Amino acid sequence: MKPRDLSDLALRNLREAILRNSLTTLGIAVGVASLVAMLSLGVGLQQLASKRLSQSGLFDSVFVTPRMNLRGMGREAMPAPSDKPPRLLDEDARQEISRLPNVVEVYPQVRFFTEVRYDGKPFATMVAGMPASSKASGSFDGMQGSFFSSDSAFETILQSEFAKELNPQTSALIGKELVLRYAERQSLPTPAADSGAASSSNSESLPGGFSVVPKEMRLRIVGVVDTEPAAGFGGYGNGRLLIPLQVAMTLRAAQVNDLRDIVRGTSSTPTFASLTVRAKGPANVEALEASIKNMGFGAFSLLDASKSLRIFFSVFDLLLGIFGSLALAVATLGIINTLVMAILERRREIGVLKALGAADRDVRQLFFVEAGVMGLFGGVFGAFLGWLIGRALTFGTNIYLHRQNLPGVDISSVPWWLVLFAVAFAVLVSLAAGLYPASRAARLNPVEALRYE
Amino acid sequence: MSDSQPAIRLDHISRHYTMGEALIRAVDDVSFDLPTGEFLALLGSSGSGKSTLLNLIAGLDRPTSGAVIAHGQDLSQVSSLELARYRRQTVGMVFQSFNLLPRMTLEENVELPLRLAEVERSDRAARVHEALGRVGLEKRTGHRPSELSGGEQQRAAIARALVNGPKILLADEPTGNLDSTTGESILTLLKEIQRNPGMTIVMVTHERPLAERFADRLAVMGDGKLLSNGAAR
Repeated sequence: MKPRDLSDLALRNLREAILRNSLTTLGIAVGVASLVAMLSLGVGLQQLASKRLSQSGLFDSVFVTPRMNLRGMGREAMPAPSDKPPRLLDEDARQEISRLPNVVEVYPQVRFFTEVRYDGKPFATMVAGMPASSKASGSFDGMQGSFFSSDSAFETILQSEFAKELNPQTSALIGKELVLRYAERQSLPTPAADSGAASSSNSESLPGGFSVVPKEMRLRIVGVVDTEPAAGFGGYGNGRLLIPLQVAMTLRAAQVNDLRDIVRGTSSTPTFASLTVRAKGPANVEALEASIKNMGFGAFSLLDASKSLRIFFSVFDLLLGIFGSLALAVATLGIINTLVMAILERRREIGVLKALGAADRDVRQLFFVEAGVMGLFGGVFGAFLGWLIGRALTFGTNIYLHRQNLPGVDISSVPWWLVLFAVAFAVLVSLAAGLYPASRAARLNPVEALRYE
Repeated sequence: MSDSQPAIRLDHISRHYTMGEALIRAVDDVSFDLPTGEFLALLGSSGSGKSTLLNLIAGLDRPTSGAVIAHGQDLSQVSSLELARYRRQTVGMVFQSFNLLPRMTLEENVELPLRLAEVERSDRAARVHEALGRVGLEKRTGHRPSELSGGEQQRAAIARALVNGPKILLADEPTGNLDSTTGESILTLLKEIQRNPGMTIVMVTHERPLAERFADRLAVMGDGKLLSNGAAR
């Protein structure tokens, strides 16, 4: 029989027992819906975690230190991956690293202690310089106020816990000014000193040492952020008072590695304590880390942690898929039952078809198509139902999160490939379920079938 | 009306069944030739083996031994796929209980063998119309079987059997469910169909008077054996 005639006949047969076939199709739909809902949760949670982690910069960053940094203090040097001698982490190195392929930006971590004066009272805290790119990291989403107007603006964003110390009504702080007191390095007057280099901040020329002078500056509060975006490895350095990185570098505030360089006697070349290198994506991190190590620096990334996370989500998805498939497995029994019942009811009809010249193959295909059509309708409806369940779960979760004063999240996601997979899987499973009834119908003896009342 | 090669040759065919430990000889060593274009009536009491013999000729069943040769094709040697093609193209079948599919209209019932034979859709309507016209049902095409009388249903079944242009028409007690007048009209129709060049008809019946009036040959069966085979008059 031609495919069109086959599908015509199959649809006609399905319409004949519309209630039973609809219930069977609904069974498949529920099975597929459970599978889609489970996998949509897996995919959604994975996307959520990946987004948060990629926004945090943890998995697309390489943390660079001078390799000599790891010596001393009772520790052995890390085994060098190459024969290259350790190098100073200076401005030349920063430029060289920024020219490596797939590097988005290279910035130093600028952190220093400060005393803040607000409303006539002193508050001790840590300042961190934030690169302009941190705005896009998602760390500042949902903040009160706004991000820095420019990379050179004398503005500050306060971490909410610190802001509460200044004023419990944190929103009232926005637009107010505070005074930052810090220790500025001033190079001792030697002929080699280059006091005009504003861009080398923590790397001011230190051939003969430096003096530390207290300084003040006024900053306007432009925002308050709940999380601590600067926290963690690969971030921007811990800090509860955030200022633009460019401004932080021009302050020439004394930092920990200044003393280290003086003590080490290598202060003739200005150096950074560490650099954060941002790659285009997590996929570029491994090669970048190797290149930086090859240049003679210490480099570290959370690539292994990222791999573990991917493995975790793969296993998580697999388990969700298995549990989701259980309902579909039950639905396949429904298909087998429906088709076996159909064979009994249509026994005489099968006999007539064979007497009129239908081959075993025609009868088998007819039952196959009927199973496939039920699978197709069940799959499409089930995918929609699964999406709906995912939406409902997200809705319910967000109500709960809002009650906990937490921002809403999208915990389920039904990408197009999941819909295609679900429909294809439903059809495949239905065809497999139709295998036995179809071959049983095909093998029916026409003489006995025609005798059947 | 005959041709040199018989339409059907039965060569020592037997069809035995086992029922528990008993061996049932439904057809037992039957041999005869049926020339092309003849109308054969198979007579016999219930259980004599005439329907089993008809099923063997129809290619619905295979003999335990012997050969059924229809238009030169040995049905006992062909594959099940070839047997299906034989049922589609060489024979047409009519049953006592009509066996029209109740959810289909007459037109759709008659179209069914054309679908199985993969005839182009564009050709089907004309062929269905012609077949229904031959049995006088061209105005009932859109009716379902339940909306027709027994005689009309049997006519529709005959149209369905003829639509693929078979060489052999097999009828299993076609008048069994009909009153005598309607039965006679159906046999008159079969007789008209027999006038098509090369059309051979085998009809199972136990109505001897009707068989004698319409058939060319009578074959009588008893206990699976062919008791007699000869001209009707």
